[in-house]
Amino acid sequence: MGRKLDASRKEKRGPGRKSRKQKGAEAELAHFLAADVPASKRLCSRSRRRAAKRCQELPTPVDKANADHQELSAPQDKKKDFHQKPITGKKTHEMQHQKASILGFSDENAEWLTLAKRKRLQSEESKEEECPELGYGSEEDSVSDNEHLSLGSGDAEEMVDDYGTSSNSESEQLPIEKAARKLKLLQEKKGSRQGSSSRDDNDDAVASDLALNMDVEEAFVLPSSQAIQEISLHPTDLHVIHQRIRDNVEVLQNFATRREAERTRQEYLTLLRKDLAVYFSYGDYLIEKLMELFPVSELVDFLEANEVQRPMTIRTNTLKTRRRDLAQVLINRGVNLDPLGKWSKTGLVIYDSSVPIGATPEYLAGHYMLQGASSLLPVMALAPQENEKILDMCCAPGGKTSYIAQLMKNTGMILANDANTERLKSVVGNLHRLGVTNTVVSNYDGRQFPKVLGGFDRVLLDAPCSGTGVISKDPMIKTNKVEVDLQRCAHLQKELLLSAIDSVDANSETGGYLVYCTCSITVEENEWVTEYALKKRNVKLVPTGLDFGKEGFTRFRERRFHPSLKLARRFYPHTHNMDGFYVAKFKKFSNMIPKLVKEVDSVLATEPTSLDIPAAVAAPAAKQVKNSKDQGLEVNEQFNGLSPAQHKTGVKCKRKSAMQKRLHRKSTAGKAKKHMYKKFKKGN
Amino acid sequence: MLSSSTSTAAILDASRLPLPLSRPFLFRPGASSACLAERRMRPLTEEETRALFERLSKYIGENIKLLVDRPDGTYCFRLHNERVYYVSEKILKLATSIAREKLVSLGTCFGKFTKSQKFRLHITALDYLAPYAKYKIWVKPGAEQSFLYGNHVLKSGLGRITENTNQYQGVVVYSMSDIPLGFGVAAKSTQECRKLDPMAIVVFHQADIGEYVRHEETLT
Repeated sequence: MGRKLDASRKEKRGPGRKSRKQKGAEAELAHFLAADVPASKRLCSRSRRRAAKRCQELPTPVDKANADHQELSAPQDKKKDFHQKPITGKKTHEMQHQKASILGFSDENAEWLTLAKRKRLQSEESKEEECPELGYGSEEDSVSDNEHLSLGSGDAEEMVDDYGTSSNSESEQLPIEKAARKLKLLQEKKGSRQGSSSRDDNDDAVASDLALNMDVEEAFVLPSSQAIQEISLHPTDLHVIHQRIRDNVEVLQNFATRREAERTRQEYLTLLRKDLAVYFSYGDYLIEKLMELFPVSELVDFLEANEVQRPMTIRTNTLKTRRRDLAQVLINRGVNLDPLGKWSKTGLVIYDSSVPIGATPEYLAGHYMLQGASSLLPVMALAPQENEKILDMCCAPGGKTSYIAQLMKNTGMILANDANTERLKSVVGNLHRLGVTNTVVSNYDGRQFPKVLGGFDRVLLDAPCSGTGVISKDPMIKTNKVEVDLQRCAHLQKELLLSAIDSVDANSETGGYLVYCTCSITVEENEWVTEYALKKRNVKLVPTGLDFGKEGFTRFRERRFHPSLKLARRFYPHTHNMDGFYVAKFKKFSNMIPKLVKEVDSVLATEPTSLDIPAAVAAPAAKQVKNSKDQGLEVNEQFNGLSPAQHKTGVKCKRKSAMQKRLHRKSTAGKAKKHMYKKFKKGN
Repeated sequence: MLSSSTSTAAILDASRLPLPLSRPFLFRPGASSACLAERRMRPLTEEETRALFERLSKYIGENIKLLVDRPDGTYCFRLHNERVYYVSEKILKLATSIAREKLVSLGTCFGKFTKSQKFRLHITALDYLAPYAKYKIWVKPGAEQSFLYGNHVLKSGLGRITENTNQYQGVVVYSMSDIPLGFGVAAKSTQECRKLDPMAIVVFHQADIGEYVRHEETLT
C-alpha cells in the first residue's frame, strides 16, 4: 500500500533532493553540515556488523582477481592493496591522506608497523565499543575505517541505515525534523568532548578536501578587510564561497581556540554575512536581520530549509467526511500520504501523488482543503467553541475560517473579513465548497473594526506581514524586503491588533480571547507588536495550547520584553518543517481602554490597581519620566514603538513619587513632554 | 423579516425620486430605478419567490418545505446584489450591521436572477439540492472527469438512473461513490435511455463542482 513507499527513506539514498535542485553547491552544503559534526560519520553498530559481513564475503572473488598483486607484493602488503582496490578513484588522495594522518606509515616500514594496531587505537579513542562480538581483527577494522575515511557512496549508504535505526521510535517525524534533532544531539556531544574532537575535525577537513578537490589550508585564514571588499565586488565560484562559509562557521562556533589572534569576531561575521548573502542570494538587510535572530549554525540550517519546499499538507473537512475515509479514498487514487502528526486530528501530509491534489473529485466536493501545517496552529490556539461569535479579521483565502467553522460544527456565526476584494472571491469559493454556512463575508479594512461591529467572543488576527517565514514559497522575499517594509508592516499590525482587541468582548462567558499570528519570524512584527498591545490595552498573554514550538523572545539584543512573552510560540522551517510562524494568544480582562497615552500625569498620580498590569503600565511610565527629563524626543520614539521597550520589574513607588516631585519642579520639561504626546497622537 | 435599518431604506427611497443627478453614486448607468432597490439586501418579492421555488422544485419537488421549515432555527431567503442567499436568521442579524457595498456573501448562495428576471441555480446550491433530490443519476468513474470539465453526460458514462425519470426532469449527478458532482436536466426519460446509442446525451449539463476551480471568480 501507500505507506510502504516512505518518501523520507527514499530521498536519503542517492545524492538527495538538494543536489538535484541546485547541482554542486547544495550537495556540498549537505556534505558540509555532516562534516561539521565529526560523530556523524561514525557507523552505528548494525552498519558495522554489515560492513564486517561484507568483508567476510568479499575476499574469495577479489583474491582471485588480485592474484598478480599477491605474487608481486609481500604478505603484509597484500592486505593493504586489497583494501585500496575498491576505491581506485580516490586512491591517490587516500594514500596521501593515510600517510599524512597515520604517523610515519609507508610501504617501507609496513613490515614492522601494521595497520591493525593503529586502527585499534583510533577506535578506542572514538569510544565505539557497542559491538563486542565484532573482533578487532585487522581486516574488518581496516575495511570499516577505509569507508570511514573515503566518504564514498558506501558511507552514504551507511548514513541511511544510521538514520533508519535511530528514527525507528520516532517514525512520524519528518526527515528534516530528524536531521535537526540529530544535529542538536551531535552538537551537545561535541560540546562535551571538545578536547578529543580536534583530530576528528582534521579528518573531516581532509575528507571534504578530497570531495571538493581543492587545496584549502586546514586552519581557516580570514582574508584581510581589503580582500573582503574585493571579494564582495567580484563574486567567485560558489564552491569557494561555500567552503569559506563552512570554515567560517567552524571558527565561529569555537571562537576562542580557532580564531586568528588579532581578528575580531565582527570581522568574521561580516565575511560570513556577505558570503551567505551571495550563496543563498539574499538581500543585505534581510540576511542581517536573520543573523540577529539565529546563531550561526542554526542560520545555515534555516537558509538551507528555505531552499526546499515544505511538504504539501491537507486538512480534512470534518463537516463532510472523516480523516480515515478521506485517506482511504486518496490512497486508492494513488496518493502517498500520512497523518500530519500527533498534534493534529485532521491534517494529512502528501508525499507524492499520481493525480493533482487540487483537482480530485474529493477536493471539488469539499472533503479537504489544501492548507499549510502552520496555518492550522492559530485556529487550534483560538480553540473556537460552538455557538460563539467569531471574527476572522484577515481571512483570505479562507483556510483558517473554514477550519474555525469546522471546529464549531457550523454553529454560531463567523464574520470573515478581508481588505482585498479580489482575494475574497477565493474565500467565498472555498467556504461554499467546504459547505460552511455560518459565515458572513465582508470587505472592510480591518482597522475600522470596532466601529463596524464589536463584541465578538473570539477574534483571529492573521496579520499581513513581510512573509519572512515563507521564503520557500516566495523567494522574492529574499531580496525585496527593506527596513521600511518591515516598519510599515509592524505599524499596520499594531493598528490591526488594537482594533482586534477592541472588537473582543471581555465579558464573554466562553471567550474573550484573541489570537495574533503572522507568517513572519522577525521580532519587529511579532514580539514588538505583542508587547505594544500589552501596554496599550487590558490584555494578558495566555498559553496557546500548542505543546510544541519555540518560546517567544523575552529578550532580544538590547531589548527586553514582558516576561509573559514566553507564552507565545514561534515555529521555524528548519526545526518543525513548517512555514515560519508566530502565534500569540491574548485574554482580554477588561473592556476599558487604559488612558495611558493621553495624560502621563494622571498615570503617575494613580497607582496601578490591577495586579496583572503593574509591570506593563508602571515600568514604561517610570521610564517616560526619566527620559523626558533629558529629551522629549526619546519619549516620542518610545511611543512609536521604535525605541527599546524597557522593563524594569522592580519599579518602586518611592522612586516614582520622588520623580514626580522633580517633574513638577521642572515645568518646562513637562510642557515639552506634553507637546510630544500631542504630536504622537496626531501622528498616530 | 425586514432586514435593513430604516436609515438605509430612507436613502434608497430617496433615490427613487426623480433627482438622480444629485446622488450620482447611487445611480448606475443603464440600470432602472427598480434595479437600484435590488442592490439592497431584502426579502424576495412574490414573483421572485415563485421563480426560485419553481426552479428548486424541478430538483427537489415538495422537499422545498424542508428547506423553509427547519427544526434547527428559522432560515430565510435574502436577495443581495441580485443573488439569492439562504441564511439563518441569527446570521442575518449579524449581516445587517455590514454596509451593503461591503457585504460580499452570507450563508449559502443559491443562485442569481438574470437580467430577464429568470432564476438560475448556482453550483453552490448543491449542498441543499443533493440531500433532497428526487431524481438522481450516477456516472461511471471514467465519465466523472468529463462531467467535471463541463460536458454533458453520455449514455456510455451512465452508471445508474432513478426509475421513472421523465424527460427534461432536473436531476442531481452523483459519482458511483455517492459524491454529488453537480446537476442538470435529463435529456431522455429512463425508458428511452435503455435503448439509446452509447454516444447520445443522457443529461444536459447545468452546473458541476469543477466550477469551483474553473470559474472561481464568477462563482456566486
